[in-house]
Amino acid sequence: MTRPSTVYFYATCLVDLLYPRAGLAGMQLLRAADIEVILARGQTCCGQPAFNSGYRDEALAVARAQLDCLARDIPVIVPSGSCAGMLRHHWPELFAGEPDARRARDVAARTYELTEFLVDVLAVRLDDVGEPIRIAIHTSCSARREMGVADRIETLVGQLAGVEVLTQDRKAECCGFGGTFAVKQGDVSGAMVRDKTDALRATGAARVISQDCGCLMNIGGAFDHQGGGPRTQHIAEFLWERSGGNVR
Amino acid sequence: MNQTEAFHRRIDAALHNDQLRRNFRSALTGIMARRAEQFPDDAQLQALRDQARAVRANALVRQPELLERLERQLTANGIQVHWAEGPDEANAIIHEILARADATSVVKGKSMVSEETGLNHYLEQRGIDVIESDLGEYIIQLAEEPPSHIVAPAIHKNRREVAELFHRFHPEIPYTDDIDQLTQTARAILRDRFATADAGISGVNFAVAETGTLCLVENEGNGRLSTTAPRVHIAITGVEKVIEKLSDVPPLLEILTKSATGQPITTYFNMISKPRQPGELDGPEAVHLVLLDNGRSRIRVDAELLDTLRCIRCGACINHCPVYVQLGGHAYGTVYPGPIGIALEPQRIGIDKVGTLTSACTLCGACGEVCPVRIPLPTLINRLRAEAVDGLRAGATVRGHGSLRKPREARLWGLWAALYGDPTRYRLFIWLASRLRWLTPPWLGAWTRYRSAPRPAARTLRELARDEGFRDE
Ligand code: SF4
Repeated sequence: MTRPSTVYFYATCLVDLLYPRAGLAGMQLLRAADIEVILARGQTCCGQPAFNSGYRDEALAVARAQLDCLARDIPVIVPSGSCAGMLRHHWPELFAGEPDARRARDVAARTYELTEFLVDVLAVRLDDVGEPIRIAIHTSCSARREMGVADRIETLVGQLAGVEVLTQDRKAECCGFGGTFAVKQGDVSGAMVRDKTDALRATGAARVISQDCGCLMNIGGAFDHQGGGPRTQHIAEFLWERSGGNVR
Repeated sequence: MNQTEAFHRRIDAALHNDQLRRNFRSALTGIMARRAEQFPDDAQLQALRDQARAVRANALVRQPELLERLERQLTANGIQVHWAEGPDEANAIIHEILARADATSVVKGKSMVSEETGLNHYLEQRGIDVIESDLGEYIIQLAEEPPSHIVAPAIHKNRREVAELFHRFHPEIPYTDDIDQLTQTARAILRDRFATADAGISGVNFAVAETGTLCLVENEGNGRLSTTAPRVHIAITGVEKVIEKLSDVPPLLEILTKSATGQPITTYFNMISKPRQPGELDGPEAVHLVLLDNGRSRIRVDAELLDTLRCIRCGACINHCPVYVQLGGHAYGTVYPGPIGIALEPQRIGIDKVGTLTSACTLCGACGEVCPVRIPLPTLINRLRAEAVDGLRAGATVRGHGSLRKPREARLWGLWAALYGDPTRYRLFIWLASRLRWLTPPWLGAWTRYRSAPRPAARTLRELARDEGFRDE
């Protein structure tokens, strides 16, 4: 698509509640690239938690409440692979046969995951102003498989001269979050995040970054519970911090 | 104990068995690497998946017609065809064939469909001596365990465990945990049985309607011996295994072996088309095919769930599942474990019996990514979750749908929707949460057994954004 002048920022409920700094950094990156950013008023949640738990009426009710605030024909930027995946791939399914199905499909078609938009549409160039650092990248399953944008995070980080990326074992394996899975199958989820944190810690990375706050909450919470580990951070915050706003 | 409690009990046992988890981790890591080596070119892999998917999808759409044609062709070739609605009927048919042929000893090649029917147990109770001839199946038969994987049934056992098992049952043979020697031991025992068994029972990978050919993919030669040495051969398979034509076989076979074991081709590929003909020196005098439905027709009528039946039982979804690797196959408690088990078993057996399996999935998509026939496993599993709580907005079709709906959980989702479906209430909630963040309970059930509790941020995104001069529209 051609470069738009204005976009919606769809922050997601997790960013709103737990990681507002990640959301803010995403908005700042876009603004630094000369894009006007609108934090759509009235946004709440994409409906994914209920959709993935089988409660589709409830998911639809919540998803439907987002349509009005995303009404203008401009891109919708989501700082999360899984929420972007919900809008782009599952809204058409969820709204199928409903009177507002066309509106939902319309939003789906102009939804982008943040790093995808930064790379594919804006082709941003970032300067690195930070100290040398070694990091590991955890690509979320939705970013990797549903959205197919796992490599965008690598592209962006690759522009940062002072950042060395270390690769953990079984990088493509799920961290065990899975939304309500972490509660319904708490022990299995616990075993999975243990394997993930072990693999990440073994790299010796000082920081773990990801496109998804769900994974960060899981992995970061587990490091914390285990008595410490690499700091976890959302990609937007990391890029904003490293570039010091030098975005072209 | 209800199905969910029973499932959690099995999960608990699996998670506490460190040896078991190490066995699975190391075995599956190897299989995944071997599969990946077979597909160096992603574009070629995707094209082959498209082709395999098309073959299977076409066969399912035309299944009734193809099954009729298969029966005609097989009959013309001299193979006798039997139809079974459920497990009992299939077992009775097979027993009857054996009884008529005066057969009291059976060698079996690997067959998951016979696991569906509980065939071994059924025959043994009726005085028939059954021995599994696939090495993995033989191992678990000795251990009196069900398969824990559809391709590698004894994958949960390491070399030492197998050595101990062999030593217990064959004390006359010196103890060894050398794999080659163990294989030789099994081989010597089984050789004798192939020569003396009255009947052989096998599964089928593809049944070709055009020519009436039963294809059998295997690595040990036990399939070939089971189907050729005894005087009677009985094949059993599910009705969905029919494919249209012989030229459909190569793409399916290629992607099956590469996906399953990371082999470009298996050591043996058998195409069975006739019993022994006059003047021929070997081969069974009679060949039978038992076609089992066992819930498959019910699945086939649902346009979305139909995809489940494309499965060619390669096991790749299982090998790549991050939950299966933690638990192993027995924890699922069903014939088919892993992603295909979660998708298939609740449909086959009923959500009221095994619907709780759908909780053992993070929807990570690793299974759907590797499935050679592009079965959208995560979509199917998510659909079944909706069926389980009657949350599907139209057209529940799975037996036992709604049986896992719990009033308390449904109320919670109702509350969630009332909060998140109303922007005003939601804003108030977020604002309150950010102000009362220190009141977040540090104990959040299962979450905090392994992680510290998340805490709401001190200021909401909207507040931060406003300070930075962003537009709020
Ligand atoms: S669902 Fe797909 S990956 Fe899994 S066993 Fe069947 S064919 Fe193989």
